[in-house]
Amino acid sequence: MMTDLLNMLQQFFGPLWPVVWGLAKIIAIIAPLMIGVAYLTLFERKVIGFMQVRIGPNRVGYYGLLQPIADGVKLLFKEIILPTAANKFLFLLAPVLVFAPALAAWAVIPFDLNLVLADIDAGLLYILAMTSIGVYGVIIAGWASNSKYAFLGSLRSAAQIVSYEIAMGFALVGVLMCANSLNLGQIVQGQAGGFWHWYFIPLFPLFIVYFISAVAETNRAPFDVAEGESEIVAGFHVEYSGMAFAVFFLAEYANMILVATLAATMFLGGWLSPLPSLLPDSFLWLALKITVMLFFVIWLRATFPRYRYDQIMRLGWKVFIPVTLVWIVVVGAMMQTRWAYLFH
Amino acid sequence: MITRIKDLFSSLMLLELLKGMSLTGRYFFRRKVTVQYPEERTPMSPRFRGLHALRRYPNGEERCIACKLCEAVCPAMAITIESDQRDDGTRRTTRYDIDLTKCIFCGFCEESCPVDSIVETRIFDYHGEKRGDLLYTKPMLLAVGDKHEQQIAEDRATDAKYR
Repeated sequence: MMTDLLNMLQQFFGPLWPVVWGLAKIIAIIAPLMIGVAYLTLFERKVIGFMQVRIGPNRVGYYGLLQPIADGVKLLFKEIILPTAANKFLFLLAPVLVFAPALAAWAVIPFDLNLVLADIDAGLLYILAMTSIGVYGVIIAGWASNSKYAFLGSLRSAAQIVSYEIAMGFALVGVLMCANSLNLGQIVQGQAGGFWHWYFIPLFPLFIVYFISAVAETNRAPFDVAEGESEIVAGFHVEYSGMAFAVFFLAEYANMILVATLAATMFLGGWLSPLPSLLPDSFLWLALKITVMLFFVIWLRATFPRYRYDQIMRLGWKVFIPVTLVWIVVVGAMMQTRWAYLFH
Repeated sequence: MITRIKDLFSSLMLLELLKGMSLTGRYFFRRKVTVQYPEERTPMSPRFRGLHALRRYPNGEERCIACKLCEAVCPAMAITIESDQRDDGTRRTTRYDIDLTKCIFCGFCEESCPVDSIVETRIFDYHGEKRGDLLYTKPMLLAVGDKHEQQIAEDRATDAKYR
């Protein structure tokens, strides 16, 4: 039935079919992701509200379920103000440059066994490359705004992203050593056989470093110095309004979901069930793991005050990088001994 | 030396962070303190100073005798009164305006009134949609008083023993 329909469509589109089919798959990933981003904002407001003994938004729709849609519509109708001395092309390019990589990285995320848009062998490298591009958008946004606050904010944010990328990359090197692969599907497969096989147990320090770096990488509280309201107004996106601002906002939350997904894939066994003999592997496990990781990110925001900028740099360079380096050496050494099975 | 090792250990184990997170984690399940305003309201004192009202005696005669004490005492100069002699020989107001955009809700007008005519009620959620809507004239103030007389009288009775 399904294959009949596909064959029919294939004949209808003829040589255009690979393009159409690829686009259909991309939309099948992006559309749920955008809905996820919208509802992540509501989830965040609700969770933070609950932790502050409030109840959060509950007026728009039942339990505030239409709140993200109302916010989106509001931002759509707002005016996009272009600062007079701004470089208009770069000013409008920047949000796209931040947003696009956050979406592009999803191409290699495996949602289930063989359910992945692009099953490439250098998947992890591709993700690291893609997430690094985002920082250009930040720098361009800060520069093109022609505002000192935006510029300083973008410098801070760029320095922070670059520093934590190193720690994050090193944390992922540990995963590579365990999995012997850069292909995300194979990394997940390497963790098969119950939650005690997941990499977060042998690589626990790397998991923690990865998680905290990921929070810093996405410029989330407590590492949100880039938008330190008391010092630099709102950081690199001060001058943005309306939909241009909304795109930055979407990018931040899309990045949050992305790093949570990566944590779930690399350390928590992706779509694998924690007890494979009782419960079947399913996409739902991945969704659950992502939600738990996101809850932790929001929990951090609800708990900790903002880090001071020099402390952030100290943490990144003088704590995380040495910790990851040491643990990589430990993992490498252990793999040469008879305890090597612990790391596979 | 030992304390430094201890400090290093506890910071590497993220103990303080975990403490903080367990605190917020516990508060997540606390009963929420939010008052859902239009449906729920916080308790209110009988001395609450909200929207003004002009009262009447039970026989329907307005209390105000146009002594203008309230106008004199008003620190925001929000009250404007004009008076004239009525046909039965009593002095009555012909105009009694309160500009609620000037009013600071101090309650001095109510304190100064010798006949308990001008009072401040418990009503606090009223609005104007254009400029001038919040300039309350004598008929409007009397209407507020007529509508809420029962509540106003009750509140005065409750508070009487403290005066």
